[in-house]
Amino acid sequence: MENKSWKGWLYLLPAILFLGVFMVYPLIDVFVYSFEEGYDFVSQTADGIGLYNYEYVLRDPYFMQAVQNTFILVAITVPASTLLALLISLGLSSIPRLRELFQTVYFLPYVTNTLAVGLVFMILFDKTDSAPGLINVILGLFRVEPIDFIDGPYWAKMLVLCLYTVWVVLPFKILVLTSALASVDETYYKAARVDGTSSWRIFRKVTLPMISPTMFYLIITGFIGAFKAYSDAVALFGEDLNLAEMNTIVGYVYEVLYDEAGGGYPSFASAAAIILFVIVLTITCINLLVSRKHVHY
Amino acid sequence: MSKIMDFERIERRAKRTALIRNIVVYGLLGVWALVVLFPFYWMLLTSIKTQGSYAAEIVPQLFTTNPTMANYLQIFTEADLGRYFVNTFIFTVVTTILMLAVTVLAAFAFARLSFPGKDIAFLLFLALMMIPSELVVITNFVTMKSASLDNTFLGLILPSVSSVFYIYLLKENFAQIPDELYYAAKVDATSDLKYLGKVMIPICRPTLVTILILKVIECWNSYVWPRIITDKPEMFLVSNGIQTIRESGYGRDNIPAMMAAVVAVSIPLILLFLIFHKKIMAGVARGGTKG
Repeated sequence: MENKSWKGWLYLLPAILFLGVFMVYPLIDVFVYSFEEGYDFVSQTADGIGLYNYEYVLRDPYFMQAVQNTFILVAITVPASTLLALLISLGLSSIPRLRELFQTVYFLPYVTNTLAVGLVFMILFDKTDSAPGLINVILGLFRVEPIDFIDGPYWAKMLVLCLYTVWVVLPFKILVLTSALASVDETYYKAARVDGTSSWRIFRKVTLPMISPTMFYLIITGFIGAFKAYSDAVALFGEDLNLAEMNTIVGYVYEVLYDEAGGGYPSFASAAAIILFVIVLTITCINLLVSRKHVHY
Repeated sequence: MSKIMDFERIERRAKRTALIRNIVVYGLLGVWALVVLFPFYWMLLTSIKTQGSYAAEIVPQLFTTNPTMANYLQIFTEADLGRYFVNTFIFTVVTTILMLAVTVLAAFAFARLSFPGKDIAFLLFLALMMIPSELVVITNFVTMKSASLDNTFLGLILPSVSSVFYIYLLKENFAQIPDELYYAAKVDATSDLKYLGKVMIPICRPTLVTILILKVIECWNSYVWPRIITDKPEMFLVSNGIQTIRESGYGRDNIPAMMAAVVAVSIPLILLFLIFHKKIMAGVARGGTKG
């Protein structure tokens, strides 16, 4: 019907240029960097090819600390945020009034600057010489000794990081889950109710299977997002995350890449980024395998 | 007679359980709304306290009797927040405009034109959606630094322009426009570009606005790339600027001033959200990613 011409490529050209230079080429190059040993930033030359960069990164205590932090963060925040989002969405879908208002309020953290709002969390949890901070005052009502959540013990800092992460990621999950719940056909519920099914059974046998693809989508993106955690930690503990023992894998990549003295070590950063990518890929594959058994399309 | 009583009792009991359940659900939802809103209230409240009164509160007060705007004045005069705002504004406007131009042209090609290799090209574009930005940032940094584009707007903007997802979103929307319109325009000897500008863009305006808003939010909040590519404070965007403000002494000493900065940074997006919340939420639900 229409004559094929090469003109279409002309319209694609800007997109191809941008994506080619800033996505495709870097993607290939990052693998090259990761195998180049002793890469020098200024002369842009390397000594040889090998696995030294990976060895260096895996031996770096800062990297192992970052891996540990990231895995703890993932293990806590992904289940916690998914479950909490499910509970809130179920609550939202069961109320007759004010649903839209609640939905809008819950979505607010999504649009705010995480770096800025993180500072509010910091002062809420912070314990300074002069004041214990609001959270410690509240905990004091339950006779808990003041805890320094920002500069104190490891678990206290991790707790705040997890809480803030959940606060930041929930809006997206609630939004997606409420729209999934709203799209479940009412007749299923009516049929179940006519049969006198209990609400718990309705949830297990109707709601959960119907929203399982969405749940699964949220779990996969939740894992991927949590493994890439970084700016939330910066917001709470400042830019020197190694000092705070709160670095994440992504934080480590940027730390190594970015150097005050100019340059930095792109080879080490590339190796660390690829290790992260392999971890995320593995987890995602496991998720996909598990989902085959439990997701009903 | 007793049967009727029975029904009434059952009905009353059912009503009561429903009422109790509603109270519990509303209560819990209210608690969560409080958790979401409290940090915003707290930043606003703290930002209008004087440094002295904040420091004097061992137990933080939930309201203040003598509000002050001095912190806002201070944060724009003594700290460089004004400059960070201007930088972020320039960055956001230019990046968004470039992104829209690139996206519209590419989406038009995929949705309307036919050209050799189109299907495979679209498939490759979709595959790009899966590339994590963490992997490409490293080379982009080396590229931009070797080109001496660090600490420049060009260096900030160029790598932030392309968004495969928005091309996909707009292409889907463009494809819904009936072909007949295109043929009619062709009969009238309208050029492709004119058809795009006079017909497709006006029809798909809602989607374009959604994309625009989402990109503005993304730009305003972007932190990682600006942090890596700029190390001169005069080129910082708000996200980096607020970290600088925190580390330059406001962090633990003058918290009300720091909160004033946080409020100032948050207000533009909160306003945007209040005006466009329906559009933003619909856009994100259609496949936004984060979290």
